[in-house]
Formats: sequence, structure tokens, C-alpha cells
Amino acid sequence: MLKLRVIPTLLYKDFSLVKGVQFDGARVVGSPMQAVQVYNLRNVDELCFFDISATPEGRGPDFALIDELADRCCMPLTVGGGVRTVDDVANLLSVGADKIAVNSVLFDERSLLRAAANRFGSQCMVAVIDTRMNERGVVTVWSHNASIDTGVDPVDWARELEASGVGEILLQSADHDGVMAGYDLGTLARVRDALTVPVIASGGAGTFEHMVDAVKIGGADAVAAASMFHFTERTPMEAKMHLAANGVPTRC
Amino acid sequence: MQRVAIVDTGLCNVDSIWRALEQCGAKGDVTRDPHDLDVADKIVLPGVGAFPDAMRLLNEYGLVDAIRENVIDHGIPVLGVCLGMQLLASRSCEVAPTDGLGLIPGDVVRLLPLGGERVPHVGWNEVHANRASLLLGSIPDGADFYFVHSFHLRCLASDDVVATTPYCGGVTSMVERDHIFGTQFHPEKSQLHGLTLLKNFVAI
Repeated sequence: MLKLRVIPTLLYKDFSLVKGVQFDGARVVGSPMQAVQVYNLRNVDELCFFDISATPEGRGPDFALIDELADRCCMPLTVGGGVRTVDDVANLLSVGADKIAVNSVLFDERSLLRAAANRFGSQCMVAVIDTRMNERGVVTVWSHNASIDTGVDPVDWARELEASGVGEILLQSADHDGVMAGYDLGTLARVRDALTVPVIASGGAGTFEHMVDAVKIGGADAVAAASMFHFTERTPMEAKMHLAANGVPTRC
Repeated sequence: MQRVAIVDTGLCNVDSIWRALEQCGAKGDVTRDPHDLDVADKIVLPGVGAFPDAMRLLNEYGLVDAIRENVIDHGIPVLGVCLGMQLLASRSCEVAPTDGLGLIPGDVVRLLPLGGERVPHVGWNEVHANRASLLLGSIPDGADFYFVHSFHLRCLASDDVVATTPYCGGVTSMVERDHIFGTQFHPEKSQLHGLTLLKNFVAI
């Protein structure tokens, strides 16, 4: 049976790992190399590493850094941040990334997905969707680090990305991000029901019970968490044991 | 020390498999030069990429003949990983119908969900042996390995299928025919059991 994945998310900015609340007020939580080494020792299911300052600074991925991090990873590594071209994808794969996450580029150049999927296979392309509730009380897709409302429904956007060849969706709620009060289960369930590719729930995990809800209510194929692992004593292994005790198959 | 030629099509993550093989005590040699295969004790065909592009590049570099000669005529063991395992097949329908290396008779076909499974098949799943395998050595039956793929190899001869994984009606997770081996999962990303499997390959 396929096991539910518990994925620590590492956000990288100004040479450090950071974590904020609702995409704001990033606090330094450690060094990337140290975190990767710890998670590698703990045999986590998968790691997500997002360079969140790449796009705002108008630069591409830091290939040398990813190369160094991937050298420490005997586990699957998803890398995002600043990916704009098929060559970026190729170079990240060649330095040791297993899956490539894209977000901002999709608003200007969605054809990148098809081009990359045809060359490297759909399975290595992950699309990150940032959602937020707008002033009319509707959850929509937001661009530019969740600062601009595109007005697009997350289900419509996810369907378009799936049709463009994406292999996985990481659905992230900016409202729930860092609050540690649970995932946006409603949007998660709607998006997941509309797709045939796996969906990773992201944003909001504060307790193991939130992860159980993401799977049982939201239908998530994987759960990502950052604050919970950075700011509490909880570990991915404990999360998996809790999930398993609640009938969700995990690797533990 | 065993010299393992790691075939680099420029499409995939060769770093991880190189490191894992070094950890297993082998000397990894990342290459796209056909002559390097002639002096290797073993060949590894690694992972990512879409089938047609990978075959086109293998042909361009003159690697198709080099692989086939070394494996068929000189009995050099080969291990295909993920897409590398699929390349061992007769042909694939990914993107456009394309001939493979023809080392394991069969077709590479898209995974078809039977009970709401998601495709691609991403994550850790069990590998169950159908018969004794050199690669599985001391690894417990049903151990979890890391998969990330949308296609799999449907073998013509059932005896070539050494292990299967319960997903979409049964994924061919390992093939073995004489000294020709393939894993649909990524041993280099599968932590302890993955390294054991690679050690078993190096020790053949």
C-alpha cells in the first residue's frame, strides 16, 4: 500500500532557513545544511526546499547550494524558487533534485510545464498553488508571494495545471500558513476531488490531528509542515506514528 | 574495486546514484562516452526523463550499441533505475511510441488507476518478491521503497518480473533476466533498504 508522506518544508531566505506567519515576518530558524542533515538522519519521507527570495530578487535557483544540500540527502528532495526555464529544471535535476516545484512562472509562461514534462516526465514537476481568502470572502489563487489576487478559483487553476502536464500539486493556504490551527480543509477537498494527480496539503499544521484531518477530510496524498517541526518538539516520525494509529498508512 | 559506469544522458539526477554507489564501495564513473562502458565491471542506467528524449540521446551518443554489446556479448551486469529500467524494454508509449534497448521483452505503458489511485505514483510503497532475487538479498519482503513515475514496464515473460507493488492493479517494481536488472523505484533515494540493494548489485 502507498504510504502517506509527511514532508518537512524548508524555506530559505538570505542564507538562512526562515519561517513566518501568513507569508510575513520571517524568523530565522536555522541553517539549511544542518536541517537537511538532521532530517536525513531521521529518514524522513521527503523534503521540500523552497528558496523564497529567488523570485522577489529576480534571480534563478542557487545551483551550488542545492548541489551541496542534495549531497546530504539519501531521500527524495523537491526544490523550488526562481525556476523559470527548462534549463533551470535540467540543472536542478543534474545537481540532485528529484522533483522541481514551480509557482510564479506559471502566471506568465505556463508552457514551461508541458515542455519540462515532455523532456523529464510529468512525475518530476510539482506546481505550488498559493491561496488566500479575498475581501469578498472567496478563496482564490494569489500570485507574487500571495500578495496579488488573481481572482481565479483554485479548482480551475489546478485543473489547468494538470492539463498542462504537472505531476503533483502542493496546495498552500497563505491564511493558514504559520498559524498552526489546521489546514484549509475545504479548499483542499475541492481541489483534490477535481484532480487525478496527487495533492500535498500545506499551511496550517500545528498538531498531528491536523494531519489526520488533512487526509481523512481533505483527502491529501501527502502533508507538509514547517512551523510544527521548527517551533515544537514534534518530529515527522511521531507524526507518522500518530497517523498510523489513526488508520492512515505511513512508513514508521 | 568494482567500476560502475553510470550512463549520463544529461536528463537525470546522476549525482545521487553516484554517491550511493560510492557508499556501497564501488567506483562510480559518470559518463556518456561509449568507450567507458567497455572498461566497466557494471553499468547503471539512472532515473529521470521522458522515454523518447532519453532514447534519442542514448542513440546520439552511440550508447545504445555500447550498452547492448557489453550486456549481451560480454555479459556485463546492468541495472536500470526508474526510467532506466523502462529503457531496458522493447518499446514505450510515453509521449510517442519509441523503441527501447530491447533487453527485457515488454512494453512500457501508462499506469491505469483501478480504485481511485493517483497517477503519478509518488511515495513509499511495498516491494513484494515473486521469486528469489540477487538484488533483494537480505531485504525483508514488503519493504518500502521510493517511487515516482507514471509509466511501468509490462513484461512479456512473467518470469522476468521479480517483484511487484500493489498499485493500479500491480506495478512491475523489479525485473531480472540473467544479469539484467531493473528497479522502478529509486534505490538511491530509499535509505537503508535502497543502499542494501545497491550493495547487492555491486557484489554480483
